[in-house]
Amino acid sequence: MLNYTFHRLLLMAPVLFGVTVVVFLVISLIPGDPAHAILGTFATPENVKELNAALGLDKPLPEQYVIWIGHVLTGDFGRSYVLHRPVIVEIGDRLFPTLLLAGTALVLSSVFGILFGIIAAVRQNGWQDKLITVTVLIGISTPSFWLGILLIFWFGVRLAWLPVGGMVDLFGDGGFADLVRHLILPSFALAAVAGAVLVRLTRGSMLEVLRQDYIRTARAKGLSERSVIYKHAFRNAFINVIPVLGIEAGFVLGGAVYIETVFQWPGIGRMLVQAISTRDILLVQGGVLIIAVAYVFINLVTDLAQSVLDPRIRRK
Amino acid sequence: MQNKSWLMRFAAGLGLAVAMAMSPAARAETPKDVLVIGHVAELQTLDPAQAVTISDFRILCNMYEGLLHYKDQTLNVEPGLATSWTISDDGKTYTFKLRQGVKFHDGSEFDADAVKFNLDRVTDKNSPYKDTGPFPFVFELGPIANTEVIDKYTVAIHLSAPYSPMLTMLAGSIGGLVGISPAAVKQYGKEFSRHGGGTGPFKFKLWESNQRVVLEANPDYWGGAPKLKGLVFRPIIDENARVSEMLSGGTDITIEVPPDNVATFTSNAGFKFYEQSGPHLWYLLLNTKEKPFNDKLVRQAANYAINKDALVSQILKGTANVAAGPTPPAFAWAHDNDLKPYPYDPNMAKDLLKKAGYPDGVDVTFYVTESGSGMLSPVIMGTAIQADLAAVGIRAKIETYEWNTFLGKIIPGMEGKANIAELSFMTQDPDMHPFLALKTGAPVNSGYYSNPEVDALIEQGRAVADPAARAPIYKKLQQILADDAPWVYIANWKQNSVAAASVKGYSLQPSFLTPFYTTYKE
Repeated sequence: MLNYTFHRLLLMAPVLFGVTVVVFLVISLIPGDPAHAILGTFATPENVKELNAALGLDKPLPEQYVIWIGHVLTGDFGRSYVLHRPVIVEIGDRLFPTLLLAGTALVLSSVFGILFGIIAAVRQNGWQDKLITVTVLIGISTPSFWLGILLIFWFGVRLAWLPVGGMVDLFGDGGFADLVRHLILPSFALAAVAGAVLVRLTRGSMLEVLRQDYIRTARAKGLSERSVIYKHAFRNAFINVIPVLGIEAGFVLGGAVYIETVFQWPGIGRMLVQAISTRDILLVQGGVLIIAVAYVFINLVTDLAQSVLDPRIRRK
Repeated sequence: MQNKSWLMRFAAGLGLAVAMAMSPAARAETPKDVLVIGHVAELQTLDPAQAVTISDFRILCNMYEGLLHYKDQTLNVEPGLATSWTISDDGKTYTFKLRQGVKFHDGSEFDADAVKFNLDRVTDKNSPYKDTGPFPFVFELGPIANTEVIDKYTVAIHLSAPYSPMLTMLAGSIGGLVGISPAAVKQYGKEFSRHGGGTGPFKFKLWESNQRVVLEANPDYWGGAPKLKGLVFRPIIDENARVSEMLSGGTDITIEVPPDNVATFTSNAGFKFYEQSGPHLWYLLLNTKEKPFNDKLVRQAANYAINKDALVSQILKGTANVAAGPTPPAFAWAHDNDLKPYPYDPNMAKDLLKKAGYPDGVDVTFYVTESGSGMLSPVIMGTAIQADLAAVGIRAKIETYEWNTFLGKIIPGMEGKANIAELSFMTQDPDMHPFLALKTGAPVNSGYYSNPEVDALIEQGRAVADPAARAPIYKKLQQILADDAPWVYIANWKQNSVAAASVKGYSLQPSFLTPFYTTYKE
């Protein structure tokens, strides 16, 4: 087990290195440099040259990359030239909001996704199954940012039950209840699609397991239906669901980019959108690196969890 | 049905939790002495010398002030931190008498040394505080050679060449850098960007990334304390979210209401809608080096072919006016009111094309941007313009690019790439854009326009300091440029804003700045 963990950790390094190279290249090679982004229609060649020199962008690309990665290895992510502060400080400010939003969405989508998946499977072809399947179909086909706008319109503006955006009430006490009220709409918008995918997967996986011989044996032994479903069927079905939870974690982290924009959530996703449009290379690099680390790490955890539940995986 | 009852209990619990979370009435109400502003972008810096966006300056103009101010509702200058000024006959020395007894927010005193410190910081390559930059827009202040302290309250700015926009620039956004506290720059160094410090009616209190920027009243302001106790700027980048926040009561003022939502507010007595034409022009840049727009007749044909009234009323929903020439009407003193926009006349356009030798029309490439500062609704505008041009025989193939990519392609020059490009500018003096974009060989003259008469007028306009003497020069310039048509003049954007009906003492300014010194809530 330890061996397997170590092996997986080693594999993280080249993945992260690759991510940084790709991000650096992509943002550096698209036309329009930071000087153009700043100066707009006043981007005279002279102004551009001077500004690029001041920003350290007049050096060749490979050199810029080497300087950057050298600093990163010592924990220095550089300074955002748009926000005029160290990248690491900016990311630090925004990490918690993103993790809170993505984490809540992941928990919501997992709990409800799996629960409704089980119900649909157990009541296969019953009205519950049909209702859930149709709802899920709608959920999967709804873009979450659009769902977000609808939620804002109905619950924020029309009914005025919940705040339409932001993370805390600007003039409130900023307590836990306040945070929860701000969290409901964005986390629901983000969880809806992810949850819908999980319902389908859980349902399929459960149906497969429920047809197995040992389930019939369990029933024949006279076990209660609840025990058959949750103790015998679901445990085995769950093994197939775990790796998807890892993918879902990536999905909610990615989805946070537009949900944060729609709901003015002060997280990393919204930071990235702005950083890309202003060609704030160091901030984009830092933000993407953090998300990549989180994603790789989550995958590691899900793989490890799966190998704990199913020893066959380790032996491979 | 054990299963079901468990589910029922769970659902009931969840419903209760949601109900509890929602129970306090969520319709927000802001405190009476604090103004909450729905802001279009995240603040980037508290340093006016480094700021590059109008949205930053809308916050900073409440914290900093320049040697001069704009008079309310105009782009004319009046005394600010300077009480009077003289200009030397050669137009190269500007001498200012400074207001006495003005204190920075940190308690230090504003004097001639402070002015010199601030101008040296951004113009002197040997300044020890040079590394607190870069200062991308300082070039707007003109060719400053050096700054001289004459006595404690007199300062002279020496230029290497005459630069008549000097006064308007000192009153405008970038001019605020003169009022930075030297003590604060020395204390914070590079971090000054996150602290700031000026002499204005509001001082910095709090900046939470992407959540709010809070300014509090400066009780010691030389003009008297402001009426409000504080300002809260909330960055709400998504325009729909900005509208939702305003409707739900989360903000008192929203700047830049999307065209489609204007009616929502004008039809509601709870809100007051504001509009103000600004120093902005939305135009089509024509490549005058290559066929077909190397021919003046074809350039004029394009001006006749486009139905500008329809663009402004149907696409921009009245959030802009039809433009007549290169100088926006917001420059009331320099704008030629007799100049009329090209009428919509497709037949005239067809005739001109025929005369120019294109009886069967012509194929051109048209660069369109997806978005961009001051670009209004560029994609749909581009499509409508394409249809108008096609109707007279100018068949434009649209290529759409993301804003920065677009600028990277256009600015170095259009040759071999495009014949037409959408573009816009916003400026504080009628000199700025012709000088940069229409003078022969000018740095951003991406359409290669060249006209010796225009060049001479632009030079002349820079050399004369007196607005009364400058005005006829710019009027002449507008007439020539309207006729010669290096651009297709489309629209002058009206900045708009909506405020709760309880907000008083607020108005939009043609500078596009938002000073809240006189604003209060009833």
